[in-house]
Amino acid sequence: MDISDSSQTVTLGHGSGGAMMQQLITEQLLPALGGQSAEGLEDAAILDIPAASIAFSTDSFTVQPLFFPGGDIGSLAVHGTVNDVAMRGARPRYLSLGLIIEEGLPLDTLRRIVESIGQAARDCDVIIASGDTKVVGRGAADSIFINTAGIGECGDHTPSVTAARPGDTVLVNGTLGDHGVAVMIAREDLQISAAVESDTAPLHTLVAAMLEASGEAVHTLRDLTRGGLAAGVNEIASAAGVGITLEAVAIPVRPEVGGACEILGLSPYAVANEGKLVAIVAPEAAEAVLAAMRAHPLGQDACVIGEVSAEPVATVRLHTPIGTTRILELPAGELLPRIC
Amino acid sequence: MSTIARCRELAATIAAAKPPPMTIMEVCGTHSHAIARYGLKQLLPDEVRFVSGPGCPVCVTADSDLDAIVQIAAQGAIIATFGDMVRVPGPRGSLAEARAAGADIRVLYSPLQALQLARENPARQVVLVGIGFETTVPSIAVTVSEAAQRGPDNFSIYSAHKVVPPAMKALVEDPEAQIDAFLCPGHVSTIIGASAYEFLAGDYEIPCAIGGFGPTDIMEAVFALIGQVKGATAYVENCYTRAVQYEGNTLAQSQIAEVFAPADAEWRGLGVIPASGLHLREEYSHLDAESRYELEAAIERDPGPCICGDVLQGKALPAECPAFGTRCTPASPIGPCMVSSEGSCAAAFKYQEI
Repeated sequence: MDISDSSQTVTLGHGSGGAMMQQLITEQLLPALGGQSAEGLEDAAILDIPAASIAFSTDSFTVQPLFFPGGDIGSLAVHGTVNDVAMRGARPRYLSLGLIIEEGLPLDTLRRIVESIGQAARDCDVIIASGDTKVVGRGAADSIFINTAGIGECGDHTPSVTAARPGDTVLVNGTLGDHGVAVMIAREDLQISAAVESDTAPLHTLVAAMLEASGEAVHTLRDLTRGGLAAGVNEIASAAGVGITLEAVAIPVRPEVGGACEILGLSPYAVANEGKLVAIVAPEAAEAVLAAMRAHPLGQDACVIGEVSAEPVATVRLHTPIGTTRILELPAGELLPRIC
Repeated sequence: MSTIARCRELAATIAAAKPPPMTIMEVCGTHSHAIARYGLKQLLPDEVRFVSGPGCPVCVTADSDLDAIVQIAAQGAIIATFGDMVRVPGPRGSLAEARAAGADIRVLYSPLQALQLARENPARQVVLVGIGFETTVPSIAVTVSEAAQRGPDNFSIYSAHKVVPPAMKALVEDPEAQIDAFLCPGHVSTIIGASAYEFLAGDYEIPCAIGGFGPTDIMEAVFALIGQVKGATAYVENCYTRAVQYEGNTLAQSQIAEVFAPADAEWRGLGVIPASGLHLREEYSHLDAESRYELEAAIERDPGPCICGDVLQGKALPAECPAFGTRCTPASPIGPCMVSSEGSCAAAFKYQEI
């Protein structure tokens, strides 16, 4: 079979461990990922990491559609794990890559995804050090699932979700809800003419700039993926045993994202992001960290959105635009659009 | 003037009016959510009390309808539904549970997508779950009419649609009800018009105000109701004139009337209310899902600690339910009012005041 033919699809044979699989890996996967020949692949990679501590994280990606405005499942799988590692102040170095492919996936689609993975890894300066490919029968997966695990070198300071302190300042690096709304519009083919793009982006250089500016004053970093801002700040409030108060007027939301959420009955605070973080910073360093964020391309819209208090413990409060106060709850589960 | 300044000004005006103790029912679930989301009760005197009404379409859907829909799903049809319905627990479980067990449940954003689904799956039956009030029904009616004229034949609809005014009538006729005034629904009123509430003011002497969904819209409608209650008068005040006309949207009304006829309908909490539902007219009855499936009688179930029925009639506040926030939460709901994005329990839970 000529797998350079764009009409070809992935079959169960490609996951068999035999010659078809070898051909798929050597001809399709490795060149895009910057790897060596399949014959030379060992059972495990040996990594050279001088740091005393390493950060280690894993994440799986199942997004539909596979390609959406602003990104695709491939770049997302790299950015997601790079960002998780970066939130601990570590420099991402190595990724593993697991592909679970549903038979029938066009090889052309696989090629585009793998090229996107390779490009994103190069952009993030991480090496894909280990990989695995499985093919499953129709219906056992939805086109393709990707798992990545990442290893990063810790620096002098390791931010932690438990380190938020009363008096700290809460910052975000830009507008919220873009990814979730972009994917929902693309997935459901909503007749909403909003030009919303996913914000998928690697945040490690932004984090490096923030730590460079103020080091240990950056107490907590959290990337605001599923569950969005609401989940992220609630997790911090619970883990650190503090209260967090946010100002609704200060929280940046694109008008088109806010409008789409209004129509669908969703909160932009509970919708996923893939290139946004919340930072909890000692108040005296907030200005310096904010300046460092704004000087970075991924932090131009960074702003202060609230502060940390001792009480009420494990609770997030929101000051509404009309001056009243309410709880910002941890989102419950699947986001489902409303009837009217 | 900014929204915040206008809200403050209205709050001061309302406080200065010294309202008597009064209970306002916000009929519409979207109002319940807006009131909670903006923390509006903090801007109003303690004398003004809000209770939620039966204006959340998912919440008022009876167990018998939920049970029928889950049965149809189990018989292999593609169920096309709005998202709110997916997690509502029915006697045989929710559609989400049916999906986990292998049923094919698709979430729609527009009812016309159901016809597309049917065309893409010619070998299967596609059943549109018709849940909603007057706001939703016109687009459903257009869908049914399109299917009747051009197919596809593998499309049908389970109509559990409801209309709002008969439920409001049932509420004021209930001797236990203590409703001093109605905040009438904004979206529904765009279709049915302000005139639809005249009988409540005229026959039952209940003050009515139609309000929009912004914080100042609601405050203005509340101020209007306080004026009527204090003046011991009752009429229909349209505080949402930028969207609602006296006669409503007559084109949408005729679209509804073309496809649907009034029928008795069962509401959660309120029981069967005469002429409060919409069934397909005779000429569209071949598109009625109920005629295509053998359905067992609905399983009767013990509601347990859930008091959604009372909450929907304004007889109880969500926090008065023994399960509220403990056994019943949005993540693990017992009753529908905790599930829907328009449910009053979900609003009270999600936007707790502090």
